[in-house]
Amino acid sequence: MAQQYSADTGMGKTADPAFHPLFPHKHLLAISQLNQHDIINLLDRAEAMIPISRQPRKILPTLPGKTQINLFFENSTRTQASFEIAGKRLGALVVNMAVKTSSLNKGETLIDTAATLNAMQPDVIVVRHGAAGAVELLSQKVECSVVNAGDGAHEHPTQALLDALTIRHHKGMLAGLTVAICGDIANSRVARSNLALLGALNVRTRIIAPRTLLPAGAENLCHEVFTDMEKGLEGVDVVMMLRLQKERASNPLVPSEREYYRFYGLDENRLKLARPDAIVMHPGPMNRGVEIDPMVADSPLSVITDQVEMGVAVRMAVLDALLNKDRGENEGERE
Amino acid sequence: MSAALLIKNARIIDPASDFDHVASMLVENGRISGISTDSETGTPEGAETVDARNMLLAPGLVDLRVFTGEPGHEYRETLHSAARAAVAGGITSFVCMPDTEPVTDDGAVVDFIIGRARENACMNILPAAAISKGLKGQEITEFGLLKDAGAVCFSEGRKSIQSAAVLRTALVYAKNFDMPVMHHPCDNDLKGNGVMNKGLFATTLGLGAIAPEVETIPLGRDLMLARATGARYHAAQISCARSVKILEMEKQGHSNISAGVSINNLTLNELDVGQYRTFFKLDPPLRSEEDRQALIAGLNSGAIDTIHSGHDPQDVEVKRRPFAEAADGAIGLETLFCAAMRLVHGGDVELKTVLRAMTWRPARILGLQAGTLAPGAMADFFIADLEHPWVNSEETIISRSKNTPFEGARFLGRVMETYVAGKRVFRHEEGS
Repeated sequence: MAQQYSADTGMGKTADPAFHPLFPHKHLLAISQLNQHDIINLLDRAEAMIPISRQPRKILPTLPGKTQINLFFENSTRTQASFEIAGKRLGALVVNMAVKTSSLNKGETLIDTAATLNAMQPDVIVVRHGAAGAVELLSQKVECSVVNAGDGAHEHPTQALLDALTIRHHKGMLAGLTVAICGDIANSRVARSNLALLGALNVRTRIIAPRTLLPAGAENLCHEVFTDMEKGLEGVDVVMMLRLQKERASNPLVPSEREYYRFYGLDENRLKLARPDAIVMHPGPMNRGVEIDPMVADSPLSVITDQVEMGVAVRMAVLDALLNKDRGENEGERE
Repeated sequence: MSAALLIKNARIIDPASDFDHVASMLVENGRISGISTDSETGTPEGAETVDARNMLLAPGLVDLRVFTGEPGHEYRETLHSAARAAVAGGITSFVCMPDTEPVTDDGAVVDFIIGRARENACMNILPAAAISKGLKGQEITEFGLLKDAGAVCFSEGRKSIQSAAVLRTALVYAKNFDMPVMHHPCDNDLKGNGVMNKGLFATTLGLGAIAPEVETIPLGRDLMLARATGARYHAAQISCARSVKILEMEKQGHSNISAGVSINNLTLNELDVGQYRTFFKLDPPLRSEEDRQALIAGLNSGAIDTIHSGHDPQDVEVKRRPFAEAADGAIGLETLFCAAMRLVHGGDVELKTVLRAMTWRPARILGLQAGTLAPGAMADFFIADLEHPWVNSEETIISRSKNTPFEGARFLGRVMETYVAGKRVFRHEEGS
């Protein structure tokens, strides 16, 4: 089998899904539901997927005949594109569904849509929804695998995996590093997933945010909480910036963008407080001049575009890990 | 004239008079004739005799906070189905909230509920009228006409009056008619998009948080207004430790002030929400274990007067949604007594204290001659087996809605028979 892939794709042995331990979950709903072995399994699989996207024929057909539905209740450009490309590079049939909803009948639509889609016999549904727990709820109503592409302020597991893969790529390992996550922690699913993942892999985590953007119990989510950005950045290996949510109309939690930039924006001077080889990350889309100085965003220390590339590899790995469980019996079919 | 009824050998507890003995109780013409500890008491001629050996006999429970769907949402619960559920839980009187459609803010609606209850309900249904027109929190309703129609108190139901001025007007005007005002303190601005108790658990679930101040700030305001006006004020439901402290301070010497707690907040905590279980999405939210312990202490100290079911039937459609979008509320009529028995069996609260908070105290707050076994009182009572183990399952729920937070829960103690005006309206059939 390994030889088949090599012949087909020019890939090394590690790209063969069979090389990796079986991923023991039907869905990927939250990092907090995974253990260290699950996470490393997915990261190793993703590592092996990276070369696929760098070669001229960008295909590793492990999912031919599988149907993947991207069901996005919230607007998203990059995450949806990333999942779509990942599925297509594995040979799956990918269907995108953007669901416009009024706030009144959101829930109704969710369950109704789940039942409808389920009847179409998909193999995996990738879901983004504005309400925490919505993706898990949907997973209970369908028979296929479900991947959480972000549910409210709860989790965004593939983002945390791609962040971890990016760090591992640049630093060679994860354990023992110090990572600072800076910004709107209270409303960020990216922060929750990252803190869960990094915690499971013995990374020292710091949170940096103004008090209005710190959630209750923040001190239990990480090793250290800082409200002073300068202190929080001292000696860190990785600076992970979060997007400042600007949507909130009434009672904003931060008075202005310029004040936020003054105290919590990542500029070159602040970045100097981190280790000299520190890398800068951002899940995108960035607010340049709000949470990050454009110079920093485009500097050599920034690995933001690498994150996007790793995103495709991680999503390929996740889809493959969830859907290729019966490879033993189906070996003949691959001929 | 109905035949006399003699209940023998029961452990009779009447919290109103601190009575707790094995005794016999005689019921004649729908009223209690008397209680006797003399085992030689003869049976009056023609009387039906019930031997309640090893059983508890207590006044029928009075539940101050029940939502039904009638009028307007009969698919959730009718007065008939709510009454059947209530008597299965030993409840012989309940106050139905004004969150109906149309809102119970007019004498005609009160009249309708009373009429429907008389026709269809096997127990006492006592309508609460809205404090403000349309439950909008702006203009008070016709308190005098509503009282004449038969409203027993004023309540804003699920809503909370945000304007201190409107609430003060309501309290002053309610005092004019000597009517109690029951109010759920909640600051809507502070609550924002909160859906569960503020804390690490809400943070990890990514759910909007409800801080204790959402309740304590309006509670403090309400109590100051109640003290200033001298009106009969009942904090409909409190949930946090700090609220108990505030009540302990503000109630002293003010018998016009009382407070209630939901059985859910006394027996469950925030961790029961688990993975977004919407049957545990309540308002006020389930709080921390420390809060729950403080509520129990408040019940023991007298800071909290009453325990209610907060029965709030919701259909599957509005509960099977993402947590933040799901409706609040849980049913509770059938499980009120047995859930309360958990507090007794666990050694947290004495049986008499629990019973008082569900009988005599709520009746006194309403000014009703109910919740007691005093001679001459209506013979509303129930017989329970405190050692009867059972498991609550969806199939046996009588309520039209099944949103119980006690699905699959194991209980020790069960209501076996319930009587209203001396007539047996419920008997537990084994296997049902």
